[in-house]
Amino acid sequence: MTAGILLDVRGVSKRFGGFEALTRVSLQVREGERFGLIGPNGSGKTTLINCVSGALGSDEGEIRFAGHDITRLPAHQRTRLGIARSFQIPKPFVSMTVLENLCIPAEYAAHARFPGAGADVVAEAMEILRLIGLEAKAHAPAAGLTQIELRKLELARAMAARPRLLISDESMAGLSSAEVDEILAILLALNERGIAIIMIEHIMRAVMRFSQRIVVLDAGARIAEGGPGEILNNPAVEKAYLGE
Amino acid sequence: MFSFHLLLNVIVAGILLGGFYAAVSLGITLAFGLLNVVNIAHPAFVILGSYAAFVVNSRFGLDPILAGLLFMPVFFLLGIGVYRIYYASFEKRAEESLRGLVFFFGIIFIIEVSLSLQYGVDYRSVHAAYVGDSFRLGPIELAFRLAIPCAMALVLTLALHLFLSRTFYGRAVKAVSQDHLALRLMGADPVRIKGLAFGIAIATASLAGALLIMIGPVEPSIGREYIGRVFAIAVLGGMGSIGGTLVAALILGVLESLTSTFYGPSWALAVSFGILLLVLAVRPSGLVGRAG
Amino acid sequence: MRGRALLAVAVALVVLAVALTRLSANQYYYFAAYVIFQYVVLATAWNILGGYTGYVNFGSAGFFALGAYTAAILIKAFPVPFPVLLLAAGTVGGLLGLSLGYLTLRLRGVFFSIATLALAVVLQTLIVNWEYAGGSRGIYTMRPATVLFFDNYVEFLFVVMLILALGALATARWIEHSRLGRGLAAIRDNEEAAECMGVPTLRLKLVAATVSGALMGIAGAPFPYYVTYMEPASTFNLDYAVNSLAMPMIGGATTWVGPLLGAVLLGTAQQIATVTISSALNLLIVGVVLVAFVILAPDGIIGLVRRRRGGRHA
Repeated sequence: MTAGILLDVRGVSKRFGGFEALTRVSLQVREGERFGLIGPNGSGKTTLINCVSGALGSDEGEIRFAGHDITRLPAHQRTRLGIARSFQIPKPFVSMTVLENLCIPAEYAAHARFPGAGADVVAEAMEILRLIGLEAKAHAPAAGLTQIELRKLELARAMAARPRLLISDESMAGLSSAEVDEILAILLALNERGIAIIMIEHIMRAVMRFSQRIVVLDAGARIAEGGPGEILNNPAVEKAYLGE
Repeated sequence: MFSFHLLLNVIVAGILLGGFYAAVSLGITLAFGLLNVVNIAHPAFVILGSYAAFVVNSRFGLDPILAGLLFMPVFFLLGIGVYRIYYASFEKRAEESLRGLVFFFGIIFIIEVSLSLQYGVDYRSVHAAYVGDSFRLGPIELAFRLAIPCAMALVLTLALHLFLSRTFYGRAVKAVSQDHLALRLMGADPVRIKGLAFGIAIATASLAGALLIMIGPVEPSIGREYIGRVFAIAVLGGMGSIGGTLVAALILGVLESLTSTFYGPSWALAVSFGILLLVLAVRPSGLVGRAG
Repeated sequence: MRGRALLAVAVALVVLAVALTRLSANQYYYFAAYVIFQYVVLATAWNILGGYTGYVNFGSAGFFALGAYTAAILIKAFPVPFPVLLLAAGTVGGLLGLSLGYLTLRLRGVFFSIATLALAVVLQTLIVNWEYAGGSRGIYTMRPATVLFFDNYVEFLFVVMLILALGALATARWIEHSRLGRGLAAIRDNEEAAECMGVPTLRLKLVAATVSGALMGIAGAPFPYYVTYMEPASTFNLDYAVNSLAMPMIGGATTWVGPLLGAVLLGTAQQIATVTISSALNLLIVGVVLVAFVILAPDGIIGLVRRRRGGRHA
């Protein structure tokens, strides 16, 4: 049963003062899977992702990744094990060019994991930029990018860490319909390379098209799990979103 | 029996001193704890308040406390002006961490050097009929020069507490630090609210400065000794809590009073530094920031 | 190309130094140049943590004085050779940076800055209360009568400080172009993103704090011989704290050239100014210029030059 399970979140809770942001949430993501994480605003999606990526410590529960217990590991070590994320609000390294942005995870994560493998950081970064469609901006300063370019940079930079699991935190929020399709195509292409992807998104059309399996959070607890069709017809999900 | 008597007096002196420390720290609690503006220049503004009181006291014989109250509106406007510059130059560009700190450091420097150019580096003090007197309460001797600042500090603390909890603007200030959505629902402009609150923070420095020069003579660089103290108090007090500030200030006052009596006055400074490092080292998670 | 720039700076400084020793008999110039080189070390050291990593140290005076007092106490206690003084002062400064960093760098950056603000005051209290270190009365240090290859001791100190300045610049330049420097820049730009991209942020910050503190301590090591009489108030002088951050901020904090530029410009101006105007007014000017720069020219002189060049190309 555990064979093929990449990320295993077991009963994770997180409190902020008196506010319980996550209540014993469990979920599993398989190798190479396209996984959707949805829920209304404030349901705990980003908190859960922060607990998985290591930006926040969890108060209770266990998180395992590729057979390692990562519950207490600092974020940079989780990245080295193969978890990379993009940020909902882009956080580029503003003093660097686009290419230099990619060199940070390439040097600090990818090459810490595979020492000596493909020493040419720049060539590798350029390839990722080509895949994502940002190669024309490789030498442009990150500070001058447009909104969609920043989203692409977030994904490209995460990819430069050579992840086994990519967490895309609302990479499409605020984009036009055509741009959403563009990001969606990129994520599908990345998945083709065998990378498992967790997509957190409000744009239902994109999540439903992308995900093989979806987990729904509401008020910090898991309320549903299933394929896109099952989720759409789940009365509990409908209730959470429409609030009756 | 005698040592108990001494201990009692030392502790009472510490409480009085601590009360005064609260007055100096309230501005930091407001600016740093609630507005997230790391005004390391606050003690320098306090010294500016001391000199303002000194000037009107020595020239017109005005009571120092009255002078401190009188200058509050001026300091309030000064604070708003400083915040406007800070906001436009750093906060808006999200550069407050490095350059904003350097900006306030530069202000410390400008205030300190300007004062020493104008008034020299000698110690200055104020005159008031009651400053030298003391009264007895059973076995405890209370000096007016300590008791009055403490009492005024308590009044200031209470006033600030009432302002924050009872008034529309006070609640808006609290909302700035916690809940931007609530602030927008209140129809308040966060920049204006922050400017107002920062003005109030600097206004407290006027009164605190007057109290400082009443307790003892002041020279331009004395503010540096207060940087460790005010931040130790703000951090120990839980960042942004008025009641916490008062309690932390009293704790620090008593500890310093004990230290300077039993180990020597020069070690009193090390107490606040020790507390600051200890609090930062022991409970970092509580200080990293509020839940977001 | 940058390598050539550093080489050019080195050659220029050495030529200047030789010219001084050959052409001028006036010892004042040695003293003035010594002070400027000392500021090059302090400003460069500050910038490794401040400019590269984004963590502001207000306690440079404390680090510098600690190095100076370490040397003075060693000289008083044992007949130690000069390099040992540098090593000891560097070790003490580095350990101070490391321990202060360990206690506060896990938190938001401001807490580190606040701790450094309080640090200098506490260290000064410590020295004032330490009888062996001379207390508030101060401590005398005898210069050795002779020193190999040099006509007099001031010349020797001057050359030592020149070498230290070049060493500090080379260290900064090396960090800037290494994996470490790129990691530090990532921390400065966005610490959360850096950590999530695999950068061990805490470890790198501690490395930067240690190197920076060590260099500041080393800058203080020759000080007892330079002044021959030290007392706490002037050794912990706020000048050091202000200048070592004002120089990089005014020169430009993201490259090794900025602190050098700032130190040479501001240092020379101050050396001239202290002769003509009062030292307090002099410091007031530094303060005003610093505030003006952080508001109006956030990237310093280097940033202004780059912007102008960029403008011409566009």
